Amino acid sequence: MNETFDVAIVGAGPAGISAAITLANAGIKTVVVERGEYPGAKNMSGGVLYGHDLGQILPDFTKIPGFPIERNIIESRIWYLSKEAGISVGYRDSIFAGERKQNVFTVGRAKFDRWYADQARKKGALIVPATVVLDLIRENGRVTGVQTGRADGDIHAKVVLIADGVNSRLAVTAGFRPDVKPEHVALAVKEVIELAPEIIDQRFGVSDGNGVTTEILGAVAGGMDGVGVLYTNKASISLALGANLADFSKTKLKPYDLIETFKKHPMVAPLIAGGKSLEYTAHWLPEGGYDTMPKLYGDGYLIAGDSAMLFNAPHREGSNLAMLSGKMAADTIIEAMKTGDFSAKSLSAYNTKLSESKILQDMKKYRGFGGFLYDHKEIFETMPEIVQFGGRELLTVNAESKKTKQDKIIKKLRKDMGIPRFVRLMWSGFRAVK
Amino acid sequence: MITIVLRGIFCKLHIVCCIKQVPDTTQVKIDPQTNTLIRTGVESICNPYDIVAVEAAVKLAEKNGGKVTVITMGPPQADSALRDCLAVGANEAILLSDRAFAGADTLATSYTLSQAVKKISATEQVDIVICGKQAIDGDTAQVGPGLATRLGFEQITYISEVISASKDKIRVKREVDGGSEIIETKYPVLMTVELELGLPRYASLPELVRSVRQEVKVWGAVDIGANIEQLGLKGSPTSVKEIFAPKTRTGGAVIDAQGNGVNQFLDTFFQKEPEVVKEIWGGGA
Repeated sequence: MNETFDVAIVGAGPAGISAAITLANAGIKTVVVERGEYPGAKNMSGGVLYGHDLGQILPDFTKIPGFPIERNIIESRIWYLSKEAGISVGYRDSIFAGERKQNVFTVGRAKFDRWYADQARKKGALIVPATVVLDLIRENGRVTGVQTGRADGDIHAKVVLIADGVNSRLAVTAGFRPDVKPEHVALAVKEVIELAPEIIDQRFGVSDGNGVTTEILGAVAGGMDGVGVLYTNKASISLALGANLADFSKTKLKPYDLIETFKKHPMVAPLIAGGKSLEYTAHWLPEGGYDTMPKLYGDGYLIAGDSAMLFNAPHREGSNLAMLSGKMAADTIIEAMKTGDFSAKSLSAYNTKLSESKILQDMKKYRGFGGFLYDHKEIFETMPEIVQFGGRELLTVNAESKKTKQDKIIKKLRKDMGIPRFVRLMWSGFRAVK
Repeated sequence: MITIVLRGIFCKLHIVCCIKQVPDTTQVKIDPQTNTLIRTGVESICNPYDIVAVEAAVKLAEKNGGKVTVITMGPPQADSALRDCLAVGANEAILLSDRAFAGADTLATSYTLSQAVKKISATEQVDIVICGKQAIDGDTAQVGPGLATRLGFEQITYISEVISASKDKIRVKREVDGGSEIIETKYPVLMTVELELGLPRYASLPELVRSVRQEVKVWGAVDIGANIEQLGLKGSPTSVKEIFAPKTRTGGAVIDAQGNGVNQFLDTFFQKEPEVVKEIWGGGA
């Protein structure tokens, strides 16, 4: 088309929309191209979002009409499960219901992304849905726009922000990113189970729109390197399960079988009992970490969000990193607009911003975490069994002395795993997150 | 008079399409209290027959010169269905949205739409109104004919082909039981259309961008000079007694005709249905 733009953004997810809001605020002519019927139509996340990070883009987000919060999170639980049992640890704090309200909250992508895109639209960004970007337009080695699948579909822009998600065909086609390796992504499936708000309040001991998140480790994915989550929404529970894609292809396990087994676990079943399945979605998670990140800028382009492999698995941070990186990309573009220089050198300021922020610092800190889990399958199989054995020994009252029980547990650990291997596991685990 | 002369010279058709936003799924829920459909939380689309109507209108306007105005009665969210029509090539879109319109049956809906068409016609005379033959959620096929009656327009339903159109008349093919009819009529006319007329085009990028940007006018009850008694739930004599999903049919049985299958089948059938046996053999069997 004849009309040209300052910035063309590919993808109306958290990264793309955050950039669009920031750019539109600065009066920069921005177009966002989204392949889904509406922003959020093709997106999925566990559903947790962080107020501080959203506040960087929309400072008064809670006051904007229609802000689609599900529940304000006041308690975070961690479970470590075997097939039939589990350990639960939780931290609940009244501060999260009071002065630090909206620190963490749950959202539904379809609703939230649509609302979020509306904020960008209101500020003047043009959002074009139901349109696929096929390739980048390049002139003299620099990116100058995008080619869409519609007639008369070329969009010329001074700079392109690639934010088309974890399976970024665009970045791969352009040669800006290698094709995704199965071991660097997790396949996550999510089921949303409808329950009355009062029942959720009762089951989780909450009220007044507050809720609980649960991260679930251990034998949840049939021995694969995988985790589960169970989050409370307003009138539903999100149950998700993800495991390394390479493990899926090796074990031939079916995601839907796993989630069905998961739903029957004694810790999960009573929380979702009587609920009705509302929706079922699946998505990749970029779990490869720091060492799988592509170069995030070049002549005329920037990459943000999942496309850039920005994801912090142990802290369940993904959408917020996408948002912050989108904002930083936008800030970089705003500065470049002043000089009119959109070369790689000028846009490298984006990398500096990311490095100085928690994004790259956290990515670096946990760079070994994904590999650690992937290489230590005992965390998902042997260890949960030992924990279950120990739990049953300690909590079954019978004629045996406590010393006998303790010896039995240590003997089990020796036999199934060996003490040196156990110590090595702990040490590698510590090194992976230190 | 002047308008008629001008129209004669420029031969421009003004076509109004009436569209409806419908749930994009068969899994709609029913409110047990009111027996009406719960539309919140269900994705909505433009009724497929209606988007065909819009495409037909745009083609007519492209061929003969003219303008396509799309109207719908619905909640503010119906804006998106109107934009789908703009993307297909409609020139203007008007959303009839007012709390007073809520709960309308086909009688009140056709009244509301007729008031809107009259208002549109007051500034730009309407030659043709095109509707989908029915909506996929209600399947009544009543609004189009109702609207034609209220407007005093000729009406042709179930149109599968537009054969020709000129500045004052149109010739179309309509589907009837066991065949089809070819009808020619003068304007103004209301037509309802079948899917055979042709699926909507895949909008070009500039057209899509226009559909996103263009202003959609919103008219309320006052704007269309409507009598409040004839609107919405008040103006709807229809009351829904019950809504239910039809029973799912169980699969049929396959009878082995080579072996003893037919005899076995008949034995069990007659055991299960003693009434049939009585009927065949008389009371004594």
